[in-house]
Amino acid sequence: MRPEHARPAPTDNPVAVRLTVNGVPREGRCPPRKLLVDFLREDLTLTGTHVGCEHGICGACTVLVNGEAARACLMLAVQAEGAEIVTVEGLMRDGQLHPLQEAFREHHGLQCGFCTPGMLMTALDLLRVNPEPTEAQVREGLSAVLCRCTGYHGIVKAVQAAAPVLRAPGSGGS
Amino acid sequence: MKPPKFDYHAPASVDEALALLARYGGDAKLLAGGQSLMPLLNFRLSRPAALVDLNRIASLAGIREENGRIRLGAMTRQRAIEFSPVVARRLPLLTEATRWVGHLPIRSRGTIGGSIAHADPSAEYPTVLTALRGEVVARGPKGERVVSAPDLFETYLTTTLAADEILVEVRLPALDAKAGWAFEEFARRHGDFAIVGIAAMVATQGERCTAARLAAGGVGPIPVRLADAEAILERDGLGDAAIEAAARRAAELVAPDSDIHGSADYRRNLTRVLTGRALKRARDRANATTRT
Repeated sequence: MRPEHARPAPTDNPVAVRLTVNGVPREGRCPPRKLLVDFLREDLTLTGTHVGCEHGICGACTVLVNGEAARACLMLAVQAEGAEIVTVEGLMRDGQLHPLQEAFREHHGLQCGFCTPGMLMTALDLLRVNPEPTEAQVREGLSAVLCRCTGYHGIVKAVQAAAPVLRAPGSGGS
Repeated sequence: MKPPKFDYHAPASVDEALALLARYGGDAKLLAGGQSLMPLLNFRLSRPAALVDLNRIASLAGIREENGRIRLGAMTRQRAIEFSPVVARRLPLLTEATRWVGHLPIRSRGTIGGSIAHADPSAEYPTVLTALRGEVVARGPKGERVVSAPDLFETYLTTTLAADEILVEVRLPALDAKAGWAFEEFARRHGDFAIVGIAAMVATQGERCTAARLAAGGVGPIPVRLADAEAILERDGLGDAAIEAAARRAAELVAPDSDIHGSADYRRNLTRVLTGRALKRARDRANATTRT
């Protein structure tokens, strides 16, 4: 390691970030160290995505990045330049809840609601990869997100109930 | 917490990335999938002067089969490996090991090169690389060099790669047509790092075991190749007695540490139990392949 004074301190100058969020082109300016989840919440005021542990364990911040579930606390906003992001706000269509959201309501898949955005985005990815999961596969997939109300049973039932709805042709399952 | 300040660079080529590493003289960190480095930055356990983000270097991702080897670009996502038909057909041990890496949302971003360069001894890919005698390609200012698994891992979270080098490719031998494989792991919760993980491959010819490949992770500062246990199988075959003997030998070959997750004795016992299970599954798969 060279001494601290050998190099100018890193600048924190904002850089431009252009990306698509829930189908809408968005742009903003933020320092390179800003996390994607904070950019979504603070710069784009999309506060549906929650910040939990900030080290990739709890899964509350999970969003879709180019169609794949990923931790928004483990990505820099600048890394999402040019990416297509889907957040929980992007699930509703024409004022109607997404079938997965309907199932969460129907089967008591949420208690305090803090983990819910992460659960929904993780379950959506899970059901795309495996449209007919067994209960064990749902439980394994959802182990990516922590619910501290420990309401897993209702969440698992909701995802299982949503699976056939999303498999139906023309369900708009995405 | 949030990451400290850093200079951010997203070069489009490996050469550009190498120039940046040279410019920062050891004070820059390479950012691959970020599933280990970003937590370290968020907790400010790491404070690099600069991040050199490899995610814009398209040539670093991809899977190719060539002369009986599978070549994986360092930035190939774990998710791409999990769903790769080439890997499933020619290197199914890697497919199975990949399903143990974190969770799907982690695998969406995490990369094989990042996992190996991070060198967590309980991670799955270093164990597979060690078992299969794989190698990595490192590129530095003086060109490329090939580093084999035993020469790569130095100790916890430390490889022999120099600060001005970039791991650009991972090479693993494809499995023989008459081979069986298994990856066994025990962790407290699914997706956690392994307390012990075992990678196993056996190639058979009739009743004989022509080649055995075994390694354990989570049992010390680096993954351990279980060479003496392999030798038992290559000498005595894959009957239950030989597998039990190899599993007992495996437990003697590791020198794990005790920590909050389990004592050294517990890890040694897990090594025996998981090695036995992995070998039996690998043998049964080899037999099933031979029959068809």
